[in-house]
Amino acid sequence: MENLNLVLPEIFISLSIMFLLILGVFKKNSSKITFNLSLFTILITAIITINETFSVSRETLFNESVVIDSMSSLMKIITLIGGFLVLVISSSYLKTFKIYNIEYPVLILSSILGMMVMISSNDLIVFYMGLELQSLALYVLATYNRDQLKSSEAGLKYFVLSALSSGLLLYGCSLVYGFSGSTNFDIISNQLNSNEYVLTFGIVFILVGLAFKISAVPFHMWAPDVYEGSPTTVTLFFTIVPKIAALTVFIRFLYVPFLNLIDQWQMIIIFLSIASMVFGAVAAIGQTNIKRLIAYSSIGHIGYTLAGLATASNEGIQSSIIYISIYVVMNLALFSCLLMLRRKDQYYENIEDLSGLSKNHPLLSLCLLVILFSLAGIPPLAGFFAKFYVFKAVLEQSMFFLAIVGLLSTVVAAFYYLRIIKIIYFDKEKDKYDTDHSLWLKFSLTVSTILILLYFIFPSQLIEVVSRINII
Amino acid sequence: MNFPILSSLILLPIVGALFLFFTKDKEGNNLTAKYVALFTTVVNFLISIYLWISFDQSTSSFQFVEDRVWIEGFINYKVGVDGISILFIILTTFITPICIISVNNSVKNRLRDFLIAILIMESFMIGVFCALDLVVFYLFFEAGLIPMFLIIGIWGGERRVYSAFKFFLYTLLGSVLMLVAIISIYWITGTTDVVQLYEIGIDVKYQNLLWLAFFSSFAVKTPMWPVHTWLPDAHVEAPTAGSVLLAAILLKMAGYGFIRFSLGLFPVASEVFTPLIYTLSVIAIIFTSLIALMQEDMKKLIAYSSVAHMGFVTLGIFTLQQQGIEGSIIQMISHGLVSAALFLTVGVVYDRMHSRLISTYGGLVSVIPKYSILFMLFALASLGLPGTSGFIGEFLILMGAFKDNFLVAVIASIGVILGAAYMLWLYKRVIFGKLINKDLKTILDLNRSEYFILSCLAAPILFFGFYPDPLINTIEVSVTDLINMHNTNIASK
Repeated sequence: MENLNLVLPEIFISLSIMFLLILGVFKKNSSKITFNLSLFTILITAIITINETFSVSRETLFNESVVIDSMSSLMKIITLIGGFLVLVISSSYLKTFKIYNIEYPVLILSSILGMMVMISSNDLIVFYMGLELQSLALYVLATYNRDQLKSSEAGLKYFVLSALSSGLLLYGCSLVYGFSGSTNFDIISNQLNSNEYVLTFGIVFILVGLAFKISAVPFHMWAPDVYEGSPTTVTLFFTIVPKIAALTVFIRFLYVPFLNLIDQWQMIIIFLSIASMVFGAVAAIGQTNIKRLIAYSSIGHIGYTLAGLATASNEGIQSSIIYISIYVVMNLALFSCLLMLRRKDQYYENIEDLSGLSKNHPLLSLCLLVILFSLAGIPPLAGFFAKFYVFKAVLEQSMFFLAIVGLLSTVVAAFYYLRIIKIIYFDKEKDKYDTDHSLWLKFSLTVSTILILLYFIFPSQLIEVVSRINII
Repeated sequence: MNFPILSSLILLPIVGALFLFFTKDKEGNNLTAKYVALFTTVVNFLISIYLWISFDQSTSSFQFVEDRVWIEGFINYKVGVDGISILFIILTTFITPICIISVNNSVKNRLRDFLIAILIMESFMIGVFCALDLVVFYLFFEAGLIPMFLIIGIWGGERRVYSAFKFFLYTLLGSVLMLVAIISIYWITGTTDVVQLYEIGIDVKYQNLLWLAFFSSFAVKTPMWPVHTWLPDAHVEAPTAGSVLLAAILLKMAGYGFIRFSLGLFPVASEVFTPLIYTLSVIAIIFTSLIALMQEDMKKLIAYSSVAHMGFVTLGIFTLQQQGIEGSIIQMISHGLVSAALFLTVGVVYDRMHSRLISTYGGLVSVIPKYSILFMLFALASLGLPGTSGFIGEFLILMGAFKDNFLVAVIASIGVILGAAYMLWLYKRVIFGKLINKDLKTILDLNRSEYFILSCLAAPILFFGFYPDPLINTIEVSVTDLINMHNTNIASK
């Protein structure tokens, strides 16, 4: 008998989804209850995850197709926290657009479920199942504001391109299966050796598919449009939560089945990383819409996380995970600010709308200042440490080119972050925005900003948690 | 060491800034905020004086050291001072209150935020000068960009946005390479602790590249020719207090960095690249002095003169002679005082006339004599007249240079003459001559606070000009040991 306690979080969340669907359909005006219950569900799931799996060093289930280890439990917790915060700050935005329905929390829950399956997967089939579950939920979420043309367009675009990438991924999986004779990661790892060059195709297809999901250059084209078109809260969800899951899968693929083939994929990852860092920094300069800008900046940030992965060392993996955790906090804070730009039931999302914000809203501007400098990677804010760990790991492997290109692109990236700060602080002021924000929104902004600002006092804690992750 | 005196020096301004942050911002002249900021910085100054008094001048080892684990097994929060750094800390704590008194007229809006920025800036600058770990140093070094960017951008002149961006991006670009070098040092030697690195030494084969990476950062910050172009823009557009901080202290970070890190950590590479530094320094001295001659904007002229003076500093440091390095340090301290004073004097007339152009003025001596006298003193100190602190520094630097390289010293001496030329010509055009501009007739002489801060600056300039012993005694042992360490390192390789 398998130890089902280890997958209790997944079981609990699936049962909750079914229950919430039934509740939502049969009870009228139940959106508020569904929302609160979903929040509750995520909370409980997180508690179960911590209780049941956090101390597990490595266990496998169901013919070794599911793996529970320190990485999976940590990433699940980050996913759940991210999902919780997204959901909690969404409600006022959704109410404004009159799309405060039961489907929203249920879709978010199901995509979180899909991600948790992805994170734990140790088998191509399980991985693909999780991936599709989260993708399907995300397609619908992107079109969630269905009365708006842009939102529908975003969803359709996302669907078509994502389906294409899933196809590539599947093709890669089938090639790998063909060569190794198994779908299990551990068995694949034992079967493969670096002599089989044809296998490179399989790896490339899988990597392309994954690069699509995390929007690394040159597979990033969907990101700006989808980010711009989707409802802001969904964009927030897109920028943080699926990236965590996709990154975990990336790590698993590279370091479990393909570890022996490192010569074949290392160059690809380095290329993806450099291209993303440089392109993300350069392309963001001309943007006028904040969401588009965030899309490009997130492409850049993915480049830095990939730089950590390219090192093929535990240090590198850990630094990538630290990077993505800090990135989640920064993005959460940035979007909280964005959701505060509301005037009479209308949300503003152009950079110009921030003009002179510091005169009317000094505290909000101060938060933005901290967040933007942190995103730019200026010490002593958290964003600097994220980059610092990554480059420390990169330089350990003497990959000087990657490190120097990466750091130079931070200078370019600093330019467009500075441009926003300039607009906030140096330009003429505009009308005031509303200040009656929901408590949760204020809470998430305050907490995340304080975390960013004061991270430097206790940098060891995060490292300690992450240092338990030893894949290789 | 019982009481963490250096950490309290770093933290106190931040506490003051936090306090200000929670007070209510008033429009106009916010006296409460000013008093709070002034009080904080004066207390900080007194603490640093106490530091100087209790400092043991007979040893070159680091004193008041605090060493705490910061990131387990990687970085320690380590601070301490020796004879070289303590003077810069005192300079910082001395200049900051003067800046705060001087904001009376130049900053009209958001005074409270301005003071917060200055206080935070002070704490970062002190941090730079007492950091004994490369990463900690880098953190403070870079963090200073944020408040300075805001000071230039929010409270600056017309082209403030351009200048703020240029300042920020130039310095950031220089610094990222230093970050690569710092992390590389960690992987080569296994530590980023400066004291340990002094003992271990860094393998010769890495030194050249690492030296260049550090150089890229310090050269931008110094600023050396040809990457000096951000400085005139930043100086001209920054508000007076910002220019003072920039000229008096920020530029010294790089000079300090050259002494502490480039010389200390990479002795072989320092020898290798001495000709490069000499060339760039000499070009900076001659070329920017010539540019300064042609300026029509007073602030710009002083900015270019700063580049020239910093050229002397880098020249002196890399003579690798006792006199040269001591001269450089004294020149930096002196330039900190003199350039601060010059920017303040320009600020005084700018506040009244709202023009920085030299042609606006002329004949000031007949209307504002007190101002003219003080201005004269500072102009003479800037050109290095004996009896002012500027002379001691330049003289020692040239003495060191003559020992090491005759040609360079001769060319640099020409720079001294050029320095006298542009400074005296500036003085002549602003103060003497006929009073043509009618608006000038009603211009007011120095008010009490202006008189006070300018005298505060004049006193040490004269005092150290006649009696530089307190400075030299403080730095002597540290510099001697630095050079001894350098020579043994060279001999062993």
